[in-house]
Amino acid sequence: MGNISYEQAKRTVLRGLILLALVTVAEVFIALLGKGYIIPGFYLPTWLVYLAMIGLSLYKAYFIMGEFMHLKYEVKGLVSSILLPFLLLVWGIIAFLWDGTYWYQKREEYRTEFQKEREGHLLEEHELEDRLRMLD
Amino acid sequence: MSAETSTKDLETEQEQVSWEGGSKPFKASYGKLMMWNFIMSDAFTFAGFLIAYGALRFSVPTWPEPDFVFQSFPGGLHNMPLIFVTLMTFVLIASSATMVRAVQEGQRENKKGVVFWLLMTILGGATFLGCQAWEWHTLIVKEHMTLSENPFGRHIEAGTYLEGDGYDIEAGDTFQPGDFYLIHKVDGEWNPVAYQNEHGDVKLQSFGPPAFGSLFYFITGFHGFHVLTGLIILLIVAINAAGGVYVKRRNGYEMVEKVGLYWHFVDLVWVFVFLVFYLL
Repeated sequence: MGNISYEQAKRTVLRGLILLALVTVAEVFIALLGKGYIIPGFYLPTWLVYLAMIGLSLYKAYFIMGEFMHLKYEVKGLVSSILLPFLLLVWGIIAFLWDGTYWYQKREEYRTEFQKEREGHLLEEHELEDRLRMLD
Repeated sequence: MSAETSTKDLETEQEQVSWEGGSKPFKASYGKLMMWNFIMSDAFTFAGFLIAYGALRFSVPTWPEPDFVFQSFPGGLHNMPLIFVTLMTFVLIASSATMVRAVQEGQRENKKGVVFWLLMTILGGATFLGCQAWEWHTLIVKEHMTLSENPFGRHIEAGTYLEGDGYDIEAGDTFQPGDFYLIHKVDGEWNPVAYQNEHGDVKLQSFGPPAFGSLFYFITGFHGFHVLTGLIILLIVAINAAGGVYVKRRNGYEMVEKVGLYWHFVDLVWVFVFLVFYLL
């Protein structure tokens, strides 16, 4: 904690707790607002919701690492040796989501063959009658 | 002895001390550096899991909607999207804050404070695990999601239901593409409901992507396992602290600080698990 007094340090913890709780509530609120739960019939654009969620989560991560895990107060070399490797993930995320999209496109190309499994099982006339009779 | 030789002696001495591990790289102790190294490797493992989730999600046309899947609340309550998981998240964050307090008390060499706040942290972590157990129980016993079967589906065409499922679907209900549903089990058998689409075809509700179940159980299970491990380590450290082990070491309860790093990491991972599974 360096030269911060004990009382100040205690207050920082409480403030951190409130801040993180508020950010979490804000995230859930945006998620529900975006999907029309808060105001019926009102939807936020998906890209805006996603951007807000990712931004707020990254802020939470920054706060937890900086304050709770004390990274802000460590030597610069230590901080960069921890944070820089995470840049590898940037390409990791792009590459794998790209690949996932490719799998999807390939499946769409061959869709007709698997249509039955994919889009629900088609019922024959007599099968349907049996089911409806069973319900009565 | 001249001044020149004494400086030289001192330099040699310092060099020897450095080479023998006398100086601290990055001004951090060995244990703390190694804890950070461990956290890094673990973070990459979790990142791999979450990226796999993303890739698989992008590879299928529909995906279960989190606010539909996670809408139950203890006491038989439904239609409370994401409320329970928000509570869980808050509990974990609170246990992270109590952990910081334990570290602070350790730096003041206050044994009682360390033990008290460690116990508070254990309480928070155990509550979180309990909440997770309840959530898993709901998914396994009531909704019958397994590693390979996912009853949370989503319509890709509009249509009308021809029969009810005895829960929330009734014959004659209409639906739009993008509407979600849960396939129930009746007497241990899956009971997908028949519907008619706009072209007049009669079909049964299809299951959701099976990857969802295995990803959910593996990733939240792996995180829960970390919480459990953390709880065991915290308990050991609390017992040691109460027994005065760290008083003798005179290093400001560094062990508490190292466990704290791990515990905050578990919280940090939850931030991203929460983002990926429940928010996006």
